[in-house]
Amino acid sequence: MRVAVVGVGYSGFNTNTPDLSWKELMLEAAVRAYEDAGINPRKDVDSVVTCAEDFWEGFAIFDEFVPDQLGGVLKPTCTVCNDFLYGVATAYMQIKSGLADIVVVESHSKASDILTFGEVVKFAMDPIWLRNVGSAHPYYLAALEMSQFVNECCITEDQIAEVVVKNKNNALLNPSAPYGAKMTVEDVLNSPMVFDPMRSIEIAKLSDGAVVFVLARDDIARELTDMPVWVKGVGWWSETSNYDTMSFDAMYAHKAGKMAYKLAKITNPAKEVDFAEVDDRFAFKEIQHIEALQLSKRFETGKLMQEGYFARDGELPVNISGGNLGVGNLLEATGGQKALEIVLQLRGEAGRRQIEAEVGVAQAWRYIPTASGAVAVFGV
Amino acid sequence: MEVERVSGLKFHKKQDVAIVGAGMTTFKRRLNETGKELSYLAVKQALEEAGMDISDIEMVVMGSAPDAFDGLHMKGEYLLDGSGGSDRPYMRVFVGGGTGVFAPIAGYWHVASGLADVCLVVCEEKMSSCMPHPQSAFKYIWDPILDRPLAPNLIWIFALEMNRYMHVHNIKHEDIALVSVKNKANALDHPCAQLAEKITVEDVLNSEPMALPVRRLDVSPPSDGAAALIMVAPHIARQITDEPVWVTGVGWALDTTMWTNRDLYFPRYVAEAAKMAYRMAHITDPRKEIDVAEPYDPFDYKELHHMEGLGLAKKGEAPILTREGVTARDGDLPCSPSGGLLGVGNPIAATMGVKACELYWQLAYRAGKRQVAKEVTTGVCQAWGDLMQVGTVVVMSNKR
Repeated sequence: MRVAVVGVGYSGFNTNTPDLSWKELMLEAAVRAYEDAGINPRKDVDSVVTCAEDFWEGFAIFDEFVPDQLGGVLKPTCTVCNDFLYGVATAYMQIKSGLADIVVVESHSKASDILTFGEVVKFAMDPIWLRNVGSAHPYYLAALEMSQFVNECCITEDQIAEVVVKNKNNALLNPSAPYGAKMTVEDVLNSPMVFDPMRSIEIAKLSDGAVVFVLARDDIARELTDMPVWVKGVGWWSETSNYDTMSFDAMYAHKAGKMAYKLAKITNPAKEVDFAEVDDRFAFKEIQHIEALQLSKRFETGKLMQEGYFARDGELPVNISGGNLGVGNLLEATGGQKALEIVLQLRGEAGRRQIEAEVGVAQAWRYIPTASGAVAVFGV
Repeated sequence: MEVERVSGLKFHKKQDVAIVGAGMTTFKRRLNETGKELSYLAVKQALEEAGMDISDIEMVVMGSAPDAFDGLHMKGEYLLDGSGGSDRPYMRVFVGGGTGVFAPIAGYWHVASGLADVCLVVCEEKMSSCMPHPQSAFKYIWDPILDRPLAPNLIWIFALEMNRYMHVHNIKHEDIALVSVKNKANALDHPCAQLAEKITVEDVLNSEPMALPVRRLDVSPPSDGAAALIMVAPHIARQITDEPVWVTGVGWALDTTMWTNRDLYFPRYVAEAAKMAYRMAHITDPRKEIDVAEPYDPFDYKELHHMEGLGLAKKGEAPILTREGVTARDGDLPCSPSGGLLGVGNPIAATMGVKACELYWQLAYRAGKRQVAKEVTTGVCQAWGDLMQVGTVVVMSNKR
């Protein structure tokens, strides 16, 4: 039995959304997804999965507030406190275990409602060992990791800058990417350094939006659509919660990728994967994640980046949507935006940024200060 | 209004799911241990019971209720280490207070889907770190525009619900107090109990008023603790034990956020969740086919309310069954033989220990002094949470 994506809907993505509440964002994305799938949520949906974290939302129990606007009232509805791709994995398991035939996965970001983003992130740090170390913005943790990574893997400033240039330029062709820009490597290198060796332009800015997917069992998927996009594999993995003992190697992406590739029966990802959307909420993370997902060899990725191997017209395009640097940091919906781009590309609905592809990989990380993440492989 | 559900859902799973081990910590105020340490203690006990090692575990499911208790953002990530989630796929699920029975449901789909053969389910809660009282975390569970300005707290809305329940069925507080008397007495046999005591109906009725009709002894205490369950595929279960307990049905349902728009006398969300679980377990007459039940009892009236939602009693009949001793440990339908939340304690998600774990121990005949008198094959456990909104139900059986 296989699992397919039969409908997608999204709202956003914008730098802020003063006209819509988070509930309305969710509703807008959900209505579009149900229309796309051709289903009536009150009749056809077996299960609803929301991906949210309480502190991003400003509630103590956010799960309470999801059923109404998604059409999930008195249905099996639940929250996984994780990225959207974990939600896809949950839906995949629910369908495979016979608990549901049609599952809705939702995730959103109303980051513009968060007044003190850095302070909220600080609450994720160990209260005894880490939270009180210095008073800097927690972005410094990413800079520490970057420092180790670029030294270990011999990544140059130019190569990191290339990631920013590629993604910001890609975003110009994506009408729902608010942070697109025409820029060059020199522009990046001339921009201010905020957390040495990290420049402020290498950090993805916050963004609002919602993503809703409708997933279904294979026979139902075929009835609903002529263009099912198959969920070929899912994987998720956690390393440790202790910042001081993490490998700084994106082990989470590597292991999650391995799990997903195994389910998708992919043995040589560098050859078999046509394109990827990876987490690039810090520019160096894109290079780290490409290596972890085995899309290129270690020590070669930076060079390939400069040669245009990962460009939209390259051998293995990465972050055609503009990635997080172009679309923004969507908190738990980050993986949702990644998976959305993969589905749109595979369906041929990506407009001016369309490429030819059959297998795509979406990957998301749980952001600082964690070493957890998920991967999903989609194909037609 | 009948809710339309997809017809023809056959519950065809990849493989059956068995429980082979469980563990829980003592429920009490535990300032000495962090949440990670509490999780570790419960996991260690469950692994010992199953005769397994942490390296045998393939995936981990974590259940923990609001981050606000600990003041930790992404609490799931924080609890990774102690719970054994490091270096493996690890996922946290959350449906408020219903998490205690929802986490095993998530464990069920990890195994039933074939993605894992061995899944460890851990639930942890540390409420005492929330100052001055865990109730203050519940300030932020309300709709910010409609509810929050009224500064409500949980005891009040449960008082509303209890009142409505008593009014519709013409139930006296004396009958409801019997649940508290029964559960606190049952808890005397539980080594992890926080509030086990021999009390009388008069004690309950004369205890300090909280928000009438709710009085001090109608309420379960806030607590710290953790619980763990090991769920495995049939071929693993065979290697470990001759008598595993099978998960035969799971169900969950979430009602509307607008709790003010519902008639509070009957928990429809529990009824819908039970309907799903019973259909999956091929149970048509729960009152006859269920031998032992662990309905969620954070308040004494809640056990009765939930028995009715679970179809173990007709509407309004649960207090009568309780008065007649049917729900006592030696009765025909023992309910909360563990002592429940009223007796053992209420560390929100970790109540898995007195619900899902207890049901497993009862059906595996491992409950020791708490073992019910009658012969048992099938049982049901249930939890409830969010804004009086979510029902989570698991049916287990020691026959496959």
